[in-house]
Amino acid sequence: MYQKMETRFTRGKSAILERSLTRPKTEVSVSAFALLFSEMVQYCQSRVYSVSELQARLADLGQGVGASLLDVLVLREKNGKRETKVLNILLFIKVSVWRALFGKEADKLDGFPAKVTVHWHKGTTLMIKFDEAVIARDKALEGR
Amino acid sequence: MSRQSNRTTDSKKMNAELFTLTYGALVTQLCKDYENDEEVNKQLDKMGYNIGVRLIEDFLARSSVGRCQDFRETADVIAKVAFKMYLGITPSVTNWSPAGDEFSLILESNPLVDFVELPDNHSSLVYSNLLCGVLRGALEMVQMAVEVKFSQDTLRGDNVTEIRMKFIKRMEENLPAGDE
Repeated sequence: MYQKMETRFTRGKSAILERSLTRPKTEVSVSAFALLFSEMVQYCQSRVYSVSELQARLADLGQGVGASLLDVLVLREKNGKRETKVLNILLFIKVSVWRALFGKEADKLDGFPAKVTVHWHKGTTLMIKFDEAVIARDKALEGR
Repeated sequence: MSRQSNRTTDSKKMNAELFTLTYGALVTQLCKDYENDEEVNKQLDKMGYNIGVRLIEDFLARSSVGRCQDFRETADVIAKVAFKMYLGITPSVTNWSPAGDEFSLILESNPLVDFVELPDNHSSLVYSNLLCGVLRGALEMVQMAVEVKFSQDTLRGDNVTEIRMKFIKRMEENLPAGDE
């Protein structure tokens, strides 16, 4: 469900669509975000019976955020061209996405596989597991 | 959350985008989980309340504001210090009731609602209702019972967004480990 709900578009008077998509100047405090996020986690927790369900719910919430963020970032930083190659996507995530989320680039870009799981090992590591089809396609694109 | 908390994260700011999107994800999820807008409004208020009771501690630790003498001072602190600190905006305080127990906060912009439109089937959703809960919860922790509601909302077609706050009563101080 996108934030820009399209139902008003057909009436032709959606002012939102005229707005610029440059980075907002307003800054919110990290604690505002932290408090909101904590409450969201607690909300999810109250509606599930297991940790994996909790993680799934949180991931669902994140998915919507990611989809919207992707659109905005790609428009702003890549002129509307999305990356299709694996390594480029990873770099995009490492640089642009991380910067948009956390204010700085991700520390390291390690290995690669499109299921994202979180591991705690010397800090937080997000593992992205790509499936076979993506690797195969990537190899084909490279002409290997 | 102890008062001796690490102050290095004190005034860390972040771009409002992620915050806006995260809030949007929350409201979207609530709309899926609950049958109708009224329920979602209630839930947002409840969650806001939970946030508010924690936020006040963070606020008191980070600002050097002392106890407010009266409701007018409270209004100013909320608008000029708290809103600025957390949401990066400064609403204006207006429309005081003759008795001085009610006022309005006029928000010209609101990071929670950037790029948000309400679809027609959610016309009674008070999208930013979380804020009402936050204000209510935070003030309750400093012994002020208040009623907070949105009296105007740009998402629902009004020209401005207006939060109406009404002082109900001063509460008995019954904190287990009071600071007084």
